[in-house]
Amino acid sequence: MRTAISGLDLRRATSVDDALRMLADEARTPIAGATDFYVALNFGTLAPRRFVDIWGIDDLRGIDVRHDVLVMGALTTYTDIIRSPLVAERLPMLIDAARQIGGPQIQNRGTIAGNVANGSPAADAVPVFAAADAVVVLRSIRQERRVPITQFYTAYRTSVMRADELIVAVEVPRVDGKQWFRKVGTRAAQAISKIVAAGVRGASPKFALGSVAPTVVRAYATERALASGTPIEQAALTLTREIAPIDDVRSTADYRGQVAQRLLRRFWSETN
Amino acid sequence: MAAVGNSVPRKDGIGKATGHAVYADDIVMPGMLHGRTIRSTIPHGRIRSVNVVGDVPGLIVVDHHDIPGRNVVDLIEQDQPFLVERDVRHLAEPILLLAHEDREVVDAVRVEIEYEELEPLFDPERSEGILKSIDIVKGDVEAALADADFIVEGTYRTGHQEHVYIEPNVVVAMPEEDGIAVFGSVQCPFYVLKALKSLLGASAHIRVVQTETGGGFGGKEEYPSMIAGHATLLALKSGRPVKILYDRGEDMIATTKRHPSIVRHRTGVMRDGRIVAMDVDVLLDGGAYSTLSPVVLSRGCIHAAGAYRCDNTRIRGRAVATNTPPNGAFRGFGAPQTEFAVEVHIERIAEELAMDPVSLRELNALRPGDTTATGQVMGTDCSAHMVLEEAVRRTEFRAKREQYRGTNRSIGLALFFHGAGFTGSGERHLNSKARIDLTERGVRIAVGSTEIGQGTRTMHAQIVADALAIPYEDVEVAQPDTTLVADSGPTVASRTCMVVGKILEQCAMEMKDRLGGMSPADYHAKHGGFSVLRKYEPPDWIEWDDHTYRRDAYATYAWGCDVVEIEMDPDTLEVRPVKVTAVQEFGRPIHPALARGQIEGGTAQGLGYALLEHVVMRNGGMANAQLTNYIIPTTLDTPEFDIVMLENPYAGGPFGAKGLGELPIDGPAPAVVNAIRHFGVDLREIPAIPERLVACASR
Amino acid sequence: MRFTLNGVATNVDAHPMSRLLDVVREECQLTGTKEGCGEGECGACTVLVDGDPVCSCLVPLAQVEGAEVVTIEGLGDDHPLQHAFMNEVGAQCGICTPGMIMAALSLEPDASIDDIKVALSGNLCRCTGYSAIYRAIMKARQP
Repeated sequence: MRTAISGLDLRRATSVDDALRMLADEARTPIAGATDFYVALNFGTLAPRRFVDIWGIDDLRGIDVRHDVLVMGALTTYTDIIRSPLVAERLPMLIDAARQIGGPQIQNRGTIAGNVANGSPAADAVPVFAAADAVVVLRSIRQERRVPITQFYTAYRTSVMRADELIVAVEVPRVDGKQWFRKVGTRAAQAISKIVAAGVRGASPKFALGSVAPTVVRAYATERALASGTPIEQAALTLTREIAPIDDVRSTADYRGQVAQRLLRRFWSETN
Repeated sequence: MAAVGNSVPRKDGIGKATGHAVYADDIVMPGMLHGRTIRSTIPHGRIRSVNVVGDVPGLIVVDHHDIPGRNVVDLIEQDQPFLVERDVRHLAEPILLLAHEDREVVDAVRVEIEYEELEPLFDPERSEGILKSIDIVKGDVEAALADADFIVEGTYRTGHQEHVYIEPNVVVAMPEEDGIAVFGSVQCPFYVLKALKSLLGASAHIRVVQTETGGGFGGKEEYPSMIAGHATLLALKSGRPVKILYDRGEDMIATTKRHPSIVRHRTGVMRDGRIVAMDVDVLLDGGAYSTLSPVVLSRGCIHAAGAYRCDNTRIRGRAVATNTPPNGAFRGFGAPQTEFAVEVHIERIAEELAMDPVSLRELNALRPGDTTATGQVMGTDCSAHMVLEEAVRRTEFRAKREQYRGTNRSIGLALFFHGAGFTGSGERHLNSKARIDLTERGVRIAVGSTEIGQGTRTMHAQIVADALAIPYEDVEVAQPDTTLVADSGPTVASRTCMVVGKILEQCAMEMKDRLGGMSPADYHAKHGGFSVLRKYEPPDWIEWDDHTYRRDAYATYAWGCDVVEIEMDPDTLEVRPVKVTAVQEFGRPIHPALARGQIEGGTAQGLGYALLEHVVMRNGGMANAQLTNYIIPTTLDTPEFDIVMLENPYAGGPFGAKGLGELPIDGPAPAVVNAIRHFGVDLREIPAIPERLVACASR
Repeated sequence: MRFTLNGVATNVDAHPMSRLLDVVREECQLTGTKEGCGEGECGACTVLVDGDPVCSCLVPLAQVEGAEVVTIEGLGDDHPLQHAFMNEVGAQCGICTPGMIMAALSLEPDASIDDIKVALSGNLCRCTGYSAIYRAIMKARQP
């Protein structure tokens, strides 16, 4: 049953500092493009009741390169990504991911901070960030800290983010190597991932997967195996020990397990 | 200019494109309350107690004690209650009704229900609750099987399918002087009327009005009677208008789906490919109540031997009860399930004989003079060979099949047919009526047949305009209101053009005689208006035995052959349809663009059935009841269509037309699976989701 | 809450988290915008906010303050896309049609068939199989 809107409390922040003060004062959940918010509200699974609207904070928008790091403001939408020459040049696999998230209506509203903060293991941008060694910039009224995305999540939909913190940006250092992305969704457009993978073929290969464990998986052991020249078949077996797929309404553990290995092989052959 | 045969503007086109068309949820009435249905949370058991928590001012509560008449949704059988009295037979079964003027208030009300839980039964193969059984016998199957060179056996399975009309169910009930008016998104206003009469008692004054309807596909054939009953009970108790609007989740969890099926074939074949014996067993999962299962089974069984000639055929069918929400009408009505089975089975016979699948079909497909499983003699309106040959020629099927061997591409084919109108003596029992009225502006059509997107208004107006030889623009179509229009029967079974259109044609011809050469306007000015009401007269040659299931099951059949080209990702086993060629013969198109739309839309829905649409059931309920997780095709999942409409006019239909609405959904699933089989994957089940293909491939 | 609706300055007194869809349909009584799912999947509720198509079932009223909102009613009754949807039978049951048309407005005049498919990939239609919708959009741009 849909959550009653009249019982919700929304405060609107006009600046980052304004938002941080509100978050420091009391527990509030930031909302950006609201695409996940209303889905939870509609299914009656929405837990929080107090919110702070950050959509109007223009300081959180924009894509830039600073000190050779790609900096994307928290409110960067998928449409912003798709249209960005900077992302096209430095992180094209993120454009591949953005194009496959929702339809155009969702791409116009969904943000990278929302994708990261919502913490869904099926989030499509997150494996890209993981394979690219992205860093989540968290700010509170007291401090700013940078957490690598690979250390951001602690469990299913749980992260190191504190109640008074706001994601203000995602930073991606220069990616060394050929980028690769593949989403296996339930259909060709606006699908939730059954399994999603991103890889970088450089001096040290990187490979990350979504929807195969409670959080995004960066397959370090598999990467080490690949880096040391282990045959790909062997490396694929290593990968199976790094993931913990489950059965759900979208797919099966068996399918996810088999396809994860095949995607690794595909990554390896297509970036050769 | 003649209207029939031309793609004239839809009567409802501009209203829909501008947003002015009024759907039921667009209706707001002064003092209107919002209704909510409290449903069972267990699949099987008995209710011990029901308790509405707290005291909510202004809350209207209705349970089965509030029913003035009979607590059954009057359809074929009378087993399904409007509201549970004691026994819960499926998850999400309606128990209690609430209404309040504030939707948030009614949504927040808590209702505690205590149950005594009983063991649920979900496996139709273990069910002993027979809702209907059918035996069709022709020749001597066992003897013919004994004499056959080969016997090919196989079991084929299909899953549930959800309609996903984009407009969820909605009904508004409004107390009127001495009675009740119901406005709703419904396919069959007279079905709703019948159910409400049973609910309220025969003397009640009831008016059912169909509002603009955002898709049906069978899903708004029988279930809206339930919702209308609920809204009516709340409206009568409160004395105010009540709207019941299902959100998408409730619509998916609570309302009907396509029947899942298990079909077993045992077929005797000679070395040269001649099919000499077909033994078919059809099992449909009906869910908790009978609803339309008997007639879905009937149509399924009659189509179960496919578009083939076989002198020794036995078809045994059962629809059984399980503890899941009732399955019901869905475009195709049993035929997509059984034609899937027979068309994949035919492909397997070709594989066993190492024979070209087209040649096997050419050898056995029905021709004029042949008889069907029920013993119906095919006339010249039988076009199985015509559609097969055209599809094979046009797609260069044989050459492509060779060319794609060993690649990630494949091509598959299915030959199919669909009987138009009610089965057997159904149309005779239905005794449909149609009426046209002479007005000062021209002619008004007054029938209960509904526009649900397929083009009823437009196509009926074309038929009447041409039969009267007046401009299409001078024909208007009345909104279906059971107190104002003739009961032309339900808008189902591909009968609205062929059967109702035919009565309208006859009405128009009679009116034309009476006009004596005058224009409607001139006649009206001089003599005033008049109406013509006529009944349907089925062709007099139709013979049908309801007990033995022998002879003329349908007045005519439409025919189709689909060729589907697919690509399969070798790693993920995702299958993508690339192109579908749909060659279909349905008499003659009244409106070519509408007909094309029926074929394209039905084919897309069939592709979804084949590849994407997977109802995941857990504890007797749909676990993926969201559009995020129940997947229908988007633009990017839908391939290029090559639509070919062949003509073979049927003398019994208006301007030669047969029924078309359901035919297109019979072909895509077997064509897709037959294409997948060419990759060497022994798949016999839909939906052909990659998870299943991985499992098949590793077997 | 002030915003511009179909070119008209509008002031709505509603909860800031009200769905834009409900505000348009109930407060502003423009019922051409439809609800098919409430979860951003079907696109029937598509409107333009500052020129971009969005699902109005997923937009809080607070976030359109000061914005330009355009619904199907904002196109009037004589838009080429409306005529083309009628003439090419791009509308069958019609419930997805307003959303389809709003999504199609963002297409460039030289959009290819593949561009059209991508632009409409957030709009579900269960009746047409989409082909007639492509034909309507192609037709609408012919002089």
